Amino acid sequence: MVPVSYYIALSAVLFSIGALGVLIRRNAIVIFMSVELMLNAANLLFVAFARTYAALNGQVFVFFVMTVAAAEVAVGLALIVAVFRSKHSIDIDEISSLKG
Amino acid sequence: MLFSEAAPSGYFDLVPWIVFLPLVGLLINLVIGRRIGERGIGLVASLASGGAFVVAVLLALSLQGHHEAVTVYLADWITIGSFSLPWAFRVDTLSVTMMLVVSGIGTLIHIYAAGYMHYDVRYKGDPKSYQRFFIYLNLFIAAMMILVSGDNYLMLFVGWEGVGLCSFLLIGFWYTKNPDASEGTGNAYAAKKAFVANRVGDFGFLMAMFLTFWAFGSLQFDAVKAGVEHVPEGIIMAITLFMLLGVAGKSAQIPLYVWLPDAMAGPTPVSALIHAATMVTAGVYLVTRSAPLFSAVHQAQEVVALVGAATALFAATIAVGQYDIKKVLAYSTVSQLGFMVAAVGMGAYVAGMFHLVTHAFFKALLFLGSGSVILAVERGHHPLDEDHHDSGHDADHHDHDHAPFDPQDMRNMGGLRSKIPQTFWTYIMGTLALSGIPIWAGFFSKDEILTDAFNENLTVYWLLVAAAFLTAFYMGRQVWLVFFGQPRTHAAEAAKESPLTMTIPLMVLALLSVFGGFLNFPTTHQFTNWLEHTLGHDFAHVTKFNLTVAIASTLLALTAIGLSWLLYGRKPLVAGQPDPLRRLLGPVFTGMHNKWYIDELYDFAILRPYQALAKFLAEVVDWRFWHDWFHDSVVAKGFRGFARFLANPVDLGLIDGLANWLAKSVQTAAASLSLLQTGYVRNYALSVFLGVVVIIGYLITR
Repeated sequence: MVPVSYYIALSAVLFSIGALGVLIRRNAIVIFMSVELMLNAANLLFVAFARTYAALNGQVFVFFVMTVAAAEVAVGLALIVAVFRSKHSIDIDEISSLKG
Repeated sequence: MLFSEAAPSGYFDLVPWIVFLPLVGLLINLVIGRRIGERGIGLVASLASGGAFVVAVLLALSLQGHHEAVTVYLADWITIGSFSLPWAFRVDTLSVTMMLVVSGIGTLIHIYAAGYMHYDVRYKGDPKSYQRFFIYLNLFIAAMMILVSGDNYLMLFVGWEGVGLCSFLLIGFWYTKNPDASEGTGNAYAAKKAFVANRVGDFGFLMAMFLTFWAFGSLQFDAVKAGVEHVPEGIIMAITLFMLLGVAGKSAQIPLYVWLPDAMAGPTPVSALIHAATMVTAGVYLVTRSAPLFSAVHQAQEVVALVGAATALFAATIAVGQYDIKKVLAYSTVSQLGFMVAAVGMGAYVAGMFHLVTHAFFKALLFLGSGSVILAVERGHHPLDEDHHDSGHDADHHDHDHAPFDPQDMRNMGGLRSKIPQTFWTYIMGTLALSGIPIWAGFFSKDEILTDAFNENLTVYWLLVAAAFLTAFYMGRQVWLVFFGQPRTHAAEAAKESPLTMTIPLMVLALLSVFGGFLNFPTTHQFTNWLEHTLGHDFAHVTKFNLTVAIASTLLALTAIGLSWLLYGRKPLVAGQPDPLRRLLGPVFTGMHNKWYIDELYDFAILRPYQALAKFLAEVVDWRFWHDWFHDSVVAKGFRGFARFLANPVDLGLIDGLANWLAKSVQTAAASLSLLQTGYVRNYALSVFLGVVVIIGYLITR
């Protein structure tokens, strides 16, 4: 059996890649994908710990996270489409009208 | 005084009515005077005064059976701590004598005025004033009654001020007439002059009252009389001298007499009632009332007597040089008041009061007679509609003479003897009484004063004798000028006798002037005995008749009248001719005619400096110092400076600065905080990550 620390390390790597993607990339869709990556890193941890402790809660939670993420993606993509319509770009650096 | 004893029999309780009756008359005339017409007004006013006379007679009859003074309490007035002063009337022989004189002569003058004012208001062009006149006249009677009937000095003072007010109102009765002081003085000015001169006197009276209260602890006559022995002489001296100042104001003595001649601006009945018979004698009454005080200090008496005697002579000299018929009588009044004041000053209180009474008779007669003369001449000058029956003439149409006609100037008269015989004969009675011809009233009273002076103080005696000589002379001069010779103007030629309402009072007064002297006939002394009940034996001594003095004064009077006949009667004055006395006396006559320039002297010595002082106070002290410097420079500028200080450094600098600083620092803080808001999601995400890292780091390392 693979020790749980491996999962944690993989999850940490995935999460870091996701976070860096959110911070660094300018394409909104890529940022979305990075967010999904971070969510899935978390999901991985849930599942791994659920298996380790033989508890169902973690696995149930993963389903919730996936549904919410699906809903979020639907809203997010709709927003991106709307932004693209007005700006003809999905570069988030272009969208800085809330600048103080 | 007699509260505890059984109420004395008689009519003493009626005494408040001597004040109330004139007030009732006043109110009736005030409320319905318009409706009852001139006859009604005259009737109501005369009845009110006559009613007071009836009450006074009843009081006098009551006193026949009960000689002691009776105090009739009416109401509480002033009660402060242990000091209490009731509104109480004092009925004794002295006050009743004054009441009889005031209401008796007052009533006659009311009746006379009812006729006289009928013409006067029409000549002055204001018939509505008829009502006003009688309201004032009744008010005067009421005030005078308060003066003579009060049982304390304060009540006397209330009356004293009341008559002063009425005097002011009546002198200035025609206050719009004669506004410029070109000939004589303007009426309103004369009224003010009288008022101000009296205020000076009132200051003295007030001081005397304050001192009396301080020294005696009471203002009641009885208490003062009882306390004289316990009060140091110096204080009594001060009281009496201050009182003398009050007397000099009210009774027109040197140095305050100057208002009385100008008071002749009032209608003639006023001159007769207020400025000859009653009000001006209030000073004599006051001194007599205060006999215990005056008799306690010999020096004060001396001063009073000398002031009186000097006034008597001084005013008599001025009377000689006057042409205005009323001015002669006015100075004569001042002079006769001097006789009375001299008498009471010498302690001859009975003689002074006796002369007061007889003088009231004949001087009222003379004034009313002069009013009748003036009216006759005025009516001769321009008749009213009712005087001649070819109607269509208006009084105003006659007013346009080139030089204003003066109906009071004796040079415009002459030969009136046959035109106005009733006035003439009554006037002669008054003249003989004033000149002091035996059996006429003035002889007895003046002789009593002269005898007392002869016994007491020779200086006073000689002053008074000289005054008596001049009195007879100027009265002779007046009679020759007015009634004898030929008429010197058309007006005198056409003079008309006055109506019966005027001549009947004249006749009554003439009778009194003839027989009034028998009140105190040298052998019987009824008047002395009568007043002795009030004054006490010490102050009411019987003056022995002195034949030498009597003969001397009679001879002097006859000489003076003869002298006046030589100058004015033998060769009557013709129109335009100068006064023969001017030729004879030269500058002395000019001095007499111009009243010895006393008015000018007062003007120069008192009025001008006073006005200069007032002007200095107004312009320099008030305006420049107080207004310009203190208000403008100190207060206003100081305040403005303080306001500017508050506005600029404090408000703008400190308070606004604080608020602005607060705002600016918030603004700066907001501006620097807004820099964080880049608008780049990435930055926000980074800060979220950092925050998470920090929180997690904290949670781990905790």
